[in-house]
Amino acid sequence: MSSVTVRRSDLRYRIGLNLRSVVGRAYPRVIGANREPSWIFFEGLLPLLGIAAYVFIYEAFGRQAIATLTDPAEIAVVQANTHALIATVVLGGTMVAFWLNVLWSMASQLYWEKEIGNLQLYMMAPMNRMALLGGMAVGGMFMTSVRALSTLVAGVLVFGVVFQVADPLALVAVFFVTLVALYGLGMMFASLYLLWGREAWHLSALLEEPIFFSSGFYFPVAGLYQAGAWGRAVAIAGAFIPATLGLDAIRQLTLGSTAFGGRYWLLSVDVELGLLVGLAVLFLILARYALAYLEMLAKREGTLTSRHQ
Amino acid sequence: MSTYWRTFKTAAWLGWEMDSNWTEPWLFALYSIVKPVASAFILVLMYFIFVVIGQFRPEDFNAGFSYMYIGNAFFIFVASTLFGTFQVIQSDREWYQTIRYVYISPISYYVYILGRAFSKIAVASFAVVITLVFGAAFLDVQIAFGLEDLPLFLASLVLGIGVLLAIGICLGGISFLTAKHTHGLAEGIPGIFYVFCGVLFPLSVLPTWAQPIGQAIPLTYWFDITRRLLAPAAAIDTTLTGYSDGAILLLLLLSSVAFFGLSVLIFKTGEHLARKAGKIDMTTSY
Repeated sequence: MSSVTVRRSDLRYRIGLNLRSVVGRAYPRVIGANREPSWIFFEGLLPLLGIAAYVFIYEAFGRQAIATLTDPAEIAVVQANTHALIATVVLGGTMVAFWLNVLWSMASQLYWEKEIGNLQLYMMAPMNRMALLGGMAVGGMFMTSVRALSTLVAGVLVFGVVFQVADPLALVAVFFVTLVALYGLGMMFASLYLLWGREAWHLSALLEEPIFFSSGFYFPVAGLYQAGAWGRAVAIAGAFIPATLGLDAIRQLTLGSTAFGGRYWLLSVDVELGLLVGLAVLFLILARYALAYLEMLAKREGTLTSRHQ
Repeated sequence: MSTYWRTFKTAAWLGWEMDSNWTEPWLFALYSIVKPVASAFILVLMYFIFVVIGQFRPEDFNAGFSYMYIGNAFFIFVASTLFGTFQVIQSDREWYQTIRYVYISPISYYVYILGRAFSKIAVASFAVVITLVFGAAFLDVQIAFGLEDLPLFLASLVLGIGVLLAIGICLGGISFLTAKHTHGLAEGIPGIFYVFCGVLFPLSVLPTWAQPIGQAIPLTYWFDITRRLLAPAAAIDTTLTGYSDGAILLLLLLSSVAFFGLSVLIFKTGEHLARKAGKIDMTTSY
């Protein structure tokens, strides 16, 4: 056995190599973003306006409702509900940032890399492909956190949203498990998008508004259950996207489970956290298999480097 | 002039092919419907949740809901037209990497972008009609449109889209110089109009400092006249009742001309600076 073979099969070496790959792939997203300051404006500040529009919708409804009331107690209830709905929008807007990043910078990324000619370089490199996807995910999470944070800060400072966090540890756990599950889904999509070729771009575009709707990014998702059989079907389908359960749990942990009379939550936080862990594991395993299958298929059919297909 | 027309036609055909030939026609039609309908459903659910949680009577909010729904339907034009124009430079530059070939060909790149945007406007028109019909048929959106209003409606529509194209070209001029910010722009710039132009809620809901901003954007008047023509019964204080239909049309005409001039200026400046800095065919892959 040659010294090169010994070195390559050494576990410690392989772990180090893959960790370096993660750092190496995350690097351009973290550092590249910092070298392009206009990114903060375009990706951090401009999207806040879309969220502001949804906030003003609830404000408009709230004002319209209050205009018809005279009882101070009823007015207070409407105000509390309106504030909780605005907080719902702000939290949803935070998650929108991560979902868009998963779609456009994770799921579409391998296809994008193929189009610009980087994919063959990745395939020739000696690291595990999952390390490559892991690096993309870590870098993407960092990039997106800036936007997510700016949404949260704007929510608190501009829209006066108040969060009541009774269990910060559970909140952190739910948040990170949601991110792992979301990016696991993105890693799985990354391989599938390679298979689907040009349809990938359109699929990503298609997974924006319909997912914002089915996952309840701008309203408590359990409200879908009140909308009849079709609403329940949409809510159940939407629950396969980790953002749905993650948002519902985060909203319970930051608004209090008694918000909206405690009637508009999907499941308890513990159950949602357990389901999210399951989804995270499932998507990471599926991503691993999808990547291996796609690589084999693309090599066999000779389409790994074929562009614009 | 014939060169411009030929460029426009060819670019429009190219745009249509790029938008639609990735799949079967029926799937493309479905795709074109699902996005706007889902977007409308987000608003429907927001309205529904508010009414259910507060245990209000839905009829008390019907006028506000119709206002919001119609505004949202016509906002499809804003998002599609803006995206259709400014994304051309970035997709040709970063994705297809063909900008250098198109750019050096003997055509007007400005007209080429307009042509590419045309297919997006055509698809958007289809989506707007579907959304409005769906709303009127299934969601009790109050639409009352008389044929006598058709000329005024078409005139305002053409002028509104003209303003949008000009704004899109302005953004295109800027994107000559920026990195791959297509999605930030696609989300953010329409977001400005979403908030300030009274698309989903009357301007009176905005803080007092923000209302003059809305009144200074021509699209605010376009949305207002469109709603006056489609839902005349909706008694909502839009803060624009002092403007007659004719005054709004004139304002849109003047805005179209002004924004066209501005778009040429910004486009040429961006193009000049990008050439000077060697950025015409740069790629920025993170």
